[in-house]
Amino acid sequence: MLLGEDYITEEGEFVINMGPQHPATHGVLHMKIWLDGETIKKVEPHLGYIHRSIEKMSESLSYRQFVFVTSRMDYLSAHINNQACALAVEKGLQIEATPRAQAIRVIMAELTRLASHQLWWACAGLDLGGVTPFFYAFREREAINDVMEETCGARLTQNYMVPGGVMNDIHPNFQKRVKDVLKQIKDNFHEYDEILTGNVIFQNRLKDVGYISKEDAVSYGCTGPTARASGVSCDIRKLFPYDGYDKLQFEEILSTGGDSWARYQVRMAEMLQSVHIIEQLIDNIPEGDFAAKTKVVIKLPKGDFYQRVETARGELGVYLVSDGAAVPYRCHYRSPNFANLSAIPRMAKGAKIGDLVAIMATVDLVIPDIDR
Amino acid sequence: MVITGVCLLVFLVLLCFFLGYMERKVAAFMEIRLGPNRVGPKGSLQIVADTVKLLFKEGLTPDCADKFLFNLAPGIMVVTSMLAVAPIAFAKDFQIWNINIGVLYVSAISSMGVIGILMAGWSSSNKYSLIGAMRSGAQIVSYELSIGLSLISIVILTGSLSLSDIVYSQANGWWIFKGHIPIIISFVIFIIASTAEINRAPFDLTEAEQELTGGFHTEYAGMKFAMFLLSEYINLFIVSAIAATIFLGGWMPFHIGGLEGFNHIMDFIPSSIWFFGKTFFIIFVIMWFRWTFPRLRIDQLLNLEWKYLLPISMVNVLLVTLMAIMGWHF
Repeated sequence: MLLGEDYITEEGEFVINMGPQHPATHGVLHMKIWLDGETIKKVEPHLGYIHRSIEKMSESLSYRQFVFVTSRMDYLSAHINNQACALAVEKGLQIEATPRAQAIRVIMAELTRLASHQLWWACAGLDLGGVTPFFYAFREREAINDVMEETCGARLTQNYMVPGGVMNDIHPNFQKRVKDVLKQIKDNFHEYDEILTGNVIFQNRLKDVGYISKEDAVSYGCTGPTARASGVSCDIRKLFPYDGYDKLQFEEILSTGGDSWARYQVRMAEMLQSVHIIEQLIDNIPEGDFAAKTKVVIKLPKGDFYQRVETARGELGVYLVSDGAAVPYRCHYRSPNFANLSAIPRMAKGAKIGDLVAIMATVDLVIPDIDR
Repeated sequence: MVITGVCLLVFLVLLCFFLGYMERKVAAFMEIRLGPNRVGPKGSLQIVADTVKLLFKEGLTPDCADKFLFNLAPGIMVVTSMLAVAPIAFAKDFQIWNINIGVLYVSAISSMGVIGILMAGWSSSNKYSLIGAMRSGAQIVSYELSIGLSLISIVILTGSLSLSDIVYSQANGWWIFKGHIPIIISFVIFIIASTAEINRAPFDLTEAEQELTGGFHTEYAGMKFAMFLLSEYINLFIVSAIAATIFLGGWMPFHIGGLEGFNHIMDFIPSSIWFFGKTFFIIFVIMWFRWTFPRLRIDQLLNLEWKYLLPISMVNVLLVTLMAIMGWHF
């Protein structure tokens, strides 16, 4: 046989390696799959292809610098990663960002969430074989990136949040541009439903695929839309509000479906909630300083500090241990994608190869965040 | 005869160039972008540039591949798809081969294409290719049944397997208008099933880039890959031409019974324009499918055929037979 000796196991299962280079894994994730025909018997994720030891690097960077390394973890939620680190440092310093900085941070974080969910929607369509949705979503995502570029100077890894506030004030056009983007998103949102959500083929690909129960979602440590689709209330913005989320009106989207279709619907509804949050803030950005006064060299008191935020994919935790020096003694990130990935073998058991792609698409993995 | 054949081959290759360009422009139109616009006027030479690129690429054969079958497979694909062009009537009384069993010939030849796919998938010595080939076997064999049954419904009404006879039988109206609802149903089934038969989205499971990285042609590069592409476009043309011939009257102009003046004006439009207009309309519809639908899953694909299309076609053939016996059609 031409395929080599070990292509088939003793039980007659066909073993294929999906990744590390594969169109549907969105990065260097490696899944080893045991197949019986088209049916998946077992999935084993292999990690470490993009490990850059960000946690260890953080131990040699000052409290101002280490914030920006985290942009490279979940690069689609770069703002929110930075925000988590900035909040952790603020917790240690026992200061709070100025009201203006808080408002700007929330707007930026929600814009990031919108852009991230749009990229997810685009890729979900692409993974399931529809190329056209990609371009529809990128139309809006590009508009958001343009806003980011104008204010932060960068489009993807913005490095805009600093301990105490934000790096510089918003661009004079910021409010107008954001309102234009919101209008564009609301005007075009029905097109998303028309091209993908309402499609029978698309619904059949997602419904009853990759089911995970509420109990399993909790025990695997799933967070974010993945867990909320199984009915786990885990929105950090609601449960442990930060940066003034408690003063804002928004809903935590919950579903009880637990399958890929529920995850899809939760994310779609979250986009509209993000729009709603930004609308409340955009005309009410308080005047004042855009950053609180901090010392040039930040030194945290002895102790450990933990800050959690809600990224576009779930709960990101930043754990800092300080020995009183200008750099962290230890640093650990609790990344949402690592926990969500661990649930995929459970979801994919008994599914088809095409289902595994659908599951990975709706769990919305960002691989650099898994390996860090 | 030989000269006509050579001309036809050249025509088919040029047609594939045009279809490649058309596909990109249709995709761009669906995807709110411009499409190729740099090489040549309006990007029309882009496909020539791509062909030159493919020509100069290394025709790689993997070490572990079964070299004979691996190199034979693209040839089989192209030859089988080109053979099926022979009995198609491109214009009034212009047919390469007026064979009296044209419908049977086309369906027989087009079902041989699966051998090329299976050969490519098996000989590549690649697990993804093997899965792709396995899928295509199940898919093409299943969907052939529906295609056959929807072709039979017209054969029943016409009483002939010859494609030219079928065209002449539509002189007073195309079958899709004359045949009531059963023929419209078999037209829709034919379009769906032939989209699956030629492995185009939403039924492109044998390639399924996001699942199988390229399916049966994962290991092919350069001209060998281009030959798969060539056969895909020729197949697209053939199924559209057959659909146009069988259901939409082929080269026959649009006639309404009783309106002599109107029919006379329609006759002034050359018959080849009628044929290609109808064919390209169906090609556009199939491209439209590709750029707006997500892909089905393998079990859904087989369910669609065995649980829906096949039973519907069987009942439909009975209805058409009844209609033909009672003479209810126009």
